[in-house]
Amino acid sequence: MAPITLAAQISASTPTDWSPLRISIETSVTATLVTLVAGLTMAAWRQRRTGPAMAVVDGICLLPLVLPPTVVGFFLLLMFGRNGPLGKLLLRLGATVVFSWPATVIAASVVAFPLMYLTARAALEQVDARFLEAARTLGASEWRVFRAVALPLAWPGVLAGTILSFARALGEFGATLMLAGNIPGKTETIPIAIYFAVEADDVQRAVAWCLADVAISLALLGGLYYWTHAQGRARWVRR
Amino acid sequence: MALEIQIEKKLPEFTLDVSFTAGDAPLSILGPSGAGKTMLLRCIAGLEGARRGRIALDGRVLLDTQKRIQVPARDRRVGMLFQNYALFPHRTVGENIGFGLRHLAHEEKMRRVNALLERVHIGGLEQRYPRQLSGGEQQRAALARALAVEPEALLLDEPLSALDTHLRGQMEAQLQETFATYHRPALLVTHNIEEAYRLAEQILVLSRGKVVAFGSKEEIFHHPPSLEVAQLTGCKNFSRARAISEGMVEAMDWGCRLRVTHMAAGPVAHVGIRAHHIDFEEANSANAAQENVFPCWLVRASETPFRITLYLRLHRPPGESGGNPQIDLQAEVFKEKWQLFRERPFPWHLQLSPESLFVMPG
Repeated sequence: MAPITLAAQISASTPTDWSPLRISIETSVTATLVTLVAGLTMAAWRQRRTGPAMAVVDGICLLPLVLPPTVVGFFLLLMFGRNGPLGKLLLRLGATVVFSWPATVIAASVVAFPLMYLTARAALEQVDARFLEAARTLGASEWRVFRAVALPLAWPGVLAGTILSFARALGEFGATLMLAGNIPGKTETIPIAIYFAVEADDVQRAVAWCLADVAISLALLGGLYYWTHAQGRARWVRR
Repeated sequence: MALEIQIEKKLPEFTLDVSFTAGDAPLSILGPSGAGKTMLLRCIAGLEGARRGRIALDGRVLLDTQKRIQVPARDRRVGMLFQNYALFPHRTVGENIGFGLRHLAHEEKMRRVNALLERVHIGGLEQRYPRQLSGGEQQRAALARALAVEPEALLLDEPLSALDTHLRGQMEAQLQETFATYHRPALLVTHNIEEAYRLAEQILVLSRGKVVAFGSKEEIFHHPPSLEVAQLTGCKNFSRARAISEGMVEAMDWGCRLRVTHMAAGPVAHVGIRAHHIDFEEANSANAAQENVFPCWLVRASETPFRITLYLRLHRPPGESGGNPQIDLQAEVFKEKWQLFRERPFPWHLQLSPESLFVMPG
């Protein structure tokens, strides 16, 4: 019954403008995939490396978790802006990122990255080194050692990181607003839609999107939690 | 055809510094815990680097620090059997064994996996996961996995130590069977003296990173080159000693002169005898015709199911000197034999036969 009411409320306020839902889902899914690949790569590279340089690497990787999202967004704006180093590079290729849909993905990815990196690293480090060594003595390349041994054994942890990243990407507001702005139908995600609805005194619309957000989050997290649980109790773990 | 090893590697406690050549036969590496045995295997397998050294397998260079050659583990074709098996828990036994056979077509791979399973006597278990196997079956599967890639040398890191006595015996038989058909260098790390002796013809004794003995097992067990090697190979009886004449030494701690058949190469420092080599003589037969026969008194005895260890005092009763009775020798005899003389009055007479005594330089 709830979805029908929600739909009714949303359509009552703004006639069937579903775009924030679509944009939020598209952004979160894309950002999660980006962080999954980037976080895993970074975690695998960082694994079993030590030294002061690694402390700096860790610091940079974890910064987006510590800084307020607005600060992250502002840095991204400086980087991707007209005069930013990345912005200039992209401009030469004929592309601008700021205030476009890719900007929402960039903002969400950067903010979600530390969660993925941290969990993936912890999960990979928990894999017993002897399994990796055994694989090497059997002639496996480093890539195969990672894909066929390390990743499957670390999978429950990596999946947990993916869920966290998705949740963080879905809730992203500050950095997204700084880098992508609020362009309805283009960069307006659910959190941004809520903020501007409240600002415009459209309480009904704000409440509707809030409830939609809660519903999506619960459904996805519940589903993924159930799935990780199933993964955690995989056949080979049971006797 | 051989595995030539010469490595120097700094470890926290000492420097691993070994140099030897293993032929196409099993070689037991014996030594106390923390002597660097496992590290040596890891260096050969390519799981650890070395500061200086050269490793070559049939002339194929695996490591040469001078030429800056360090072949990665995956290209060394050296099989390794880990103490705790290290079977991939997320793969079935069949998938574990087939892990190194990815280049083969499915049919051929399955045929090879099944042949290997038969070879290690766990046929039919290919669908099981490692957790569903017993310790012995897991080690058999791990052995099959290592053999699957047809390694040019085999390294076994305490392959039996995680198994209980019964499984241990079975797995030892399995290794003997495997070695019988594997005519390649095989290095077996163990700290079990009997296992080392039964499974290999040659023995290398490692202590604090150094090779302290290397040679045929008979040679090392019957004529240990030093006190340390004698102790590491399980000898319990030692006395400080000095040479008196050719074939004659004085054992200071035992307070007697002994005839020996082998003298040490250098100056004599110690004389020793294994506990089961001490003989007990008939009553009153201790006459001049018998060599190396001495009166002794029993201090205490310790029983195992089939044997008894006798702690003995030489020349005088244990009570005389007061305080804790000194123990000069420990002898190990079968219980059946002990029954023959246990009721006899003291002193008993024991013989340290010249053939069983070994003299060690300092």
